[in-house]
Amino acid sequence: MTTAATVSEGIGNPYALSHLDSLESEAVHIFREVAGEFERPVILFSGGKDSIVMLHLALKAFAPAPVPFTLLHVDTGHNFPEVLEYRDRAVARHGLRLHVASVQEYIDAGKLRERPDGTRNPLQTVPLTEAIQQHRFDAVFGGGRRDEEKARAKERVFSLRDEFSQWDPRRQRPELWQLYNGRHAPGEHVRVFPISNWTELDVWQYIAREGIELPEIYFAHEREVFSRSGMWLTAGDWGGPKEGERIETRQVRYRTVGDMSCTGAVDSDATTLDDVITEIAASRLTERGATRADDKMSEAAMEDRKREGYF
Amino acid sequence: MTTLTQHAEQLSTTTLLRFATAGSVDDGKSTLVGRLLHDSKSVLTDQLEAVEHASRSRGQEAPDLALLTDGLRAEREQGITIDVAYRYFATPRRRFILADTPGHVQYTRNMVTGASTAELAVVLVDARNGVVEQTRRHAAVAALLRVPHVVLAVNKMDLVDYAEPVFAAIAEEFTAYAASLGVPEITAIPISALAGDNVVEPSAHMDWYGGPTVLEHLETVPVSHDLTACHARFPVQYVIRPQTAEHPDYRGYAGQIAAGAFRVGEAVTVLPSGRTSTIAGIDALGESVDIAWAPQSVTIRLADDIDISRGDLIAPADDAPAVTQDVEATVCHVADQPLAVGQRVLLKHTTRTVKAIVKDIPSRLTLDDLSQHPAPGQLAANDIGRVVVRTAEPLALDAYADSRRTGSFLLIDPADGTTLTAGMAGASFAAAAGPEAAADDAEWDF
Repeated sequence: MTTAATVSEGIGNPYALSHLDSLESEAVHIFREVAGEFERPVILFSGGKDSIVMLHLALKAFAPAPVPFTLLHVDTGHNFPEVLEYRDRAVARHGLRLHVASVQEYIDAGKLRERPDGTRNPLQTVPLTEAIQQHRFDAVFGGGRRDEEKARAKERVFSLRDEFSQWDPRRQRPELWQLYNGRHAPGEHVRVFPISNWTELDVWQYIAREGIELPEIYFAHEREVFSRSGMWLTAGDWGGPKEGERIETRQVRYRTVGDMSCTGAVDSDATTLDDVITEIAASRLTERGATRADDKMSEAAMEDRKREGYF
Repeated sequence: MTTLTQHAEQLSTTTLLRFATAGSVDDGKSTLVGRLLHDSKSVLTDQLEAVEHASRSRGQEAPDLALLTDGLRAEREQGITIDVAYRYFATPRRRFILADTPGHVQYTRNMVTGASTAELAVVLVDARNGVVEQTRRHAAVAALLRVPHVVLAVNKMDLVDYAEPVFAAIAEEFTAYAASLGVPEITAIPISALAGDNVVEPSAHMDWYGGPTVLEHLETVPVSHDLTACHARFPVQYVIRPQTAEHPDYRGYAGQIAAGAFRVGEAVTVLPSGRTSTIAGIDALGESVDIAWAPQSVTIRLADDIDISRGDLIAPADDAPAVTQDVEATVCHVADQPLAVGQRVLLKHTTRTVKAIVKDIPSRLTLDDLSQHPAPGQLAANDIGRVVVRTAEPLALDAYADSRRTGSFLLIDPADGTTLTAGMAGASFAAAAGPEAAADDAEWDF
């Protein structure tokens, strides 16, 4: 027993799917399961790359029929204008229906209070969960990926949320084979993550392969930014720069797109998809580690927010 | 920069391997996973910094790599893994999805969960202890779930002076046991996860070993099966009928091919109705193709306008499964509440969910020695047993041994939707191998 059993080369097999084809096939299967089993599904759509890939997958899954889902965007009020413009264009082009839940409206109505640190990301939870209740959505697609964060690595593809939208990681249903269990009581809903098994690089490679258009802030461009907590933030009405923070013009791009108050840009020369893929393949930082302030709040920041109903 | 671009291009044509790890609490599974991630350069600087920071804040001098994988508060507090987590890493040759499953006895359902989608399982053994009860359980679960490839990683070789006879004896014992369970392919590799021997880099201490490292083996093991040997199966997920000016008559059956291949022009039968037609076209996500195979998601159009809906199964006319309302299966009970004879449940098979009743629980299996305990009356969490279920509607069910996808099912509690039981239809894998044990064994603890 000094040698292992012989292994044959599987990679040249004509019936082996490429990893992108495998991931695409799996995601499409998940979209169709939801369409087959739920009454009122909705896709969370922010205009960020993950939700753009999700919309692209949904379009492919039901072609030549239209996507049988509406879209929901939780607008923090601090979104990048380029991204909102992209969002509205995508909705119009595909004849979709978009619901917007507005953090600003909640603040204006006194139902939410601005945080001292100015970040609005955690404030999304209430408008999100109330929109889900109000529209009686029973399946809510999110672009969460398990590679993003260690609490997300524990998330199921079909993840049951109680009537308060809470996640209980210790009471998750085991998920076996491709048999997704979407049973839920009235008032409960299921969060569905079709691209759970994708990594950041998979998303970019898929965008390149499929020729998917993105908001331009994902590519290197000149921008007025200032430094806070080691990140380049975009100057603007949302609350920056403060005294002592100095605006400068830099060539940057975004790896993730979210609220302007907590999403940082990275220095970059990557102006094309190929450049971006090369840059990510070489990066020694995760996208969240590089550019998300909210995940740095505590060791379990994401788990805590997910428990409350956040994605 | 050229090499990086080439690296990225290479990645887009690589294949995907899903595998699961299994090992007892102290076998060094976290170290192996950490070593695979770390040595394949899949741990990024900020993740490592976070681990270093957390380790320091709890007074540890060296970074605790287990913190890379234990994601939940409760896991970090207790220092154990309580749930399956999925990890992602890549080499230029292949992408990997690792189902990191806890090794503790009480979490057998999690190993079942991880193994259900795995094409390969790594069973970890401590070289000092050899094949123990837990090793046999892991081998049995891998066999039960029909994981096509099993790797025996004999770990902590550094603690037995890298001695070949130690490895050879363990490998021989395990291979004989796993082969008796019907595990088709076993590869034994001597490693030290701590020192890094034969995990990613070949060991300098074991020149007597001529086989691949763990990573080399993961990179080269075949992931697709001989389609000619598979019964082609297509569960209908969703009917696509645009009814638009552009596509007034389009009627396509959307689904993911569960097994085998389908070709345009092929005669097919639709179950459970038994109606027949021929495949008029296959749309592979926007592209019209002549042939498609598992696990592609496609849309199939038929020549005849027959009534087909979600839950039906399309199969070759000359190779369709029988339909039945009496399901016999080996099951793993995954819920905390027990499963009892007489219980009314829902059965989810492929895209079809039907009412069902548990008619009988003929036996419960002890994974330690594969003995059968007759008529236990009920199954508790983590129990594996034989179950007979009567369904309200006929199902087109294959034996799990023939098709993991169309031979598997879930039992669901109709009251609250809890996933109760994972089922594998067909004959018991251990029927021939297991010795009969006494019915009154009160020490049965699995």
